[in-house]
Amino acid sequence: MLTLIITQGLNGIQLGVLLFLLAAGLTLVFGIMNFVNLAHGSLYMMGAFFAASAYNFTESFVVAAIAATLGMALLGWVLEQLVIRHLTQRDHLDHVLATFGLILFFNELARMVWGSQPYYMQVPEALSSTVSLFSIDYSAYRLLIIAVGLAVAVGLYVLIHRTRLGMLIRAGASNPNMVAALGVNITQINGILFALGAALAGVAGLMAAPILSVQPGMGDTILILTLVVIVIGGIGSVRGSFYAALIVGVVDTLGRSVLPLALREVFERSTANAAGPALASMLIYIVMAVVLAVKPQGLFPVRQG
Amino acid sequence: MKKQLIALLALFVALAALPLLAQTFNEPFYITLVGRMVIFAIAVASLNLLIGFGGMVSFGHALFIGLGAYAVGGLSFYDINNGWLQVGLAIALCAVVGLITGAIVLRTTGIAFIMITLAFAQMFYFLMVSLKQFGGDDGLPLSQRSDFGVFTLNTDASIYYAALGLLILVLLATYKLVHSRFGMVLRGAKANPVRMAALGFPVLRYQLAAYVMAAAVCGVSGVLLANLAKFSSPSYLAWSVSGELIVMVVLGGLLWRGSMVAMVASPLIGTLAFLIVEEVLKASTEHWPLILGVLIVMGVLASGFKPNKTEAKAAP
Repeated sequence: MLTLIITQGLNGIQLGVLLFLLAAGLTLVFGIMNFVNLAHGSLYMMGAFFAASAYNFTESFVVAAIAATLGMALLGWVLEQLVIRHLTQRDHLDHVLATFGLILFFNELARMVWGSQPYYMQVPEALSSTVSLFSIDYSAYRLLIIAVGLAVAVGLYVLIHRTRLGMLIRAGASNPNMVAALGVNITQINGILFALGAALAGVAGLMAAPILSVQPGMGDTILILTLVVIVIGGIGSVRGSFYAALIVGVVDTLGRSVLPLALREVFERSTANAAGPALASMLIYIVMAVVLAVKPQGLFPVRQG
Repeated sequence: MKKQLIALLALFVALAALPLLAQTFNEPFYITLVGRMVIFAIAVASLNLLIGFGGMVSFGHALFIGLGAYAVGGLSFYDINNGWLQVGLAIALCAVVGLITGAIVLRTTGIAFIMITLAFAQMFYFLMVSLKQFGGDDGLPLSQRSDFGVFTLNTDASIYYAALGLLILVLLATYKLVHSRFGMVLRGAKANPVRMAALGFPVLRYQLAAYVMAAAVCGVSGVLLANLAKFSSPSYLAWSVSGELIVMVVLGGLLWRGSMVAMVASPLIGTLAFLIVEEVLKASTEHWPLILGVLIVMGVLASGFKPNKTEAKAAP
């Protein structure tokens, strides 16, 4: 039982880290450009397809990483030029509609290019072994995911709080007109920012590709989880999205694996078998509802002004 | 306004005549096709009350279509085919769920509202998928269509006319509602919630009431949809359906405006336009979502290039 909880807890952290990679990009774009990008899950899907294609073609994880990250940064930049920048001044309803259109577009594009059957990417051989940790064996690749996620979190912190670009990003978030009046090309910064968000989604797609089946529509389910994460964390807050991603990842994973077993201890087997999966699938939404009932702005609200 | 009223009446006459024509020309397929559009128009009309008049952009409205459909499917599963009971359960279920989720989502505004309505709809989607007794992922076939005692929904045409009658009722009721004191407060809260609160109106309570009403009406459209397809499926409450409902509301508002009649009846226009385009695309290519997606993005981009001049001036 304890082994199960440790293993599933690590799996939860690994899911949380993936969610953080997505939530960070989404919340940055929202906090600074005031743009609602529901197509963020589609960027993740495209990143996974880029990575899987590059890996299957060259057998090199490094090439796959470059393809996913740079490819997605480029795609994000093009998307920003073509669509996003014309919409940032508009109503949120327009953002929702346009990015809904983009989701349909990308899902079908992926289906046309790669087919609707799941597309697989092998775990690189060097990482396919297991590592002994707290007296249990755990997949080395999943540990790498956790490490990459933590590295990105540190990298983002340094970028936003310690560099000139980060300073401009923070300034642009609180008063874009003033920053533009001081002679900073805010439109260009927005372009860079959107490309950065897309690249982070690409990294998430890359890391997820070997452990999940890569297929059209894979971004939609994780998008919903990501939205839950940034709502719990406080919209626009990268720090909040980090903690919220870990909470959601661990709660969801433990809920799915431990809750049905725990219910079996209390109720009859048939009741537990029926209620367990249903309750587990609703658990994170209940967490979200509780957080919102107590703190409508999320756990780490962004100060306005 | 008068011209638009005449156009609307002509449209309803055409819709009423359609099943007769379809039967005369032996093309009963059109009754289910357009019947589905009329049913969706009811759901879109209820969402229009939230988005168009209340400024509440719900991205989870398909939830209530699904609840309505499962109220029929669930009761039918236990061999209860009384239509009044099924509609009653659908309305009660939607009202209760609408009240609980509405009380939570209305604590937030703007983008958080959009995301949380979406999240709640997904929550029920996954709940339905995981409920194996009601068919789970595969959905739940209806053994028998609803029986209302004085009439049954046995034929496609009877569902069609029930939906059309209900749509007219919903549009009339919406027209009445938005002109009433309640509707004025709701529209005022869309224009300026702070000022309405300062005037002493409990804005949240009015919005919650509108949310519950829209949920209940949408639930009835789910009852009709389940009857038409003889099937309740989790796919009715998929997030993409919620997205399409918003597209239909906005499209209707773009295509038909200028008077209160147009604003109230625009959901019907938006639904017909969107679903007809979708059917045409489906018939012409396998990859229709690709084209539909591009059309939506281009439509949104294009709709901004001719801003309303008076509004642009009024903005500071």
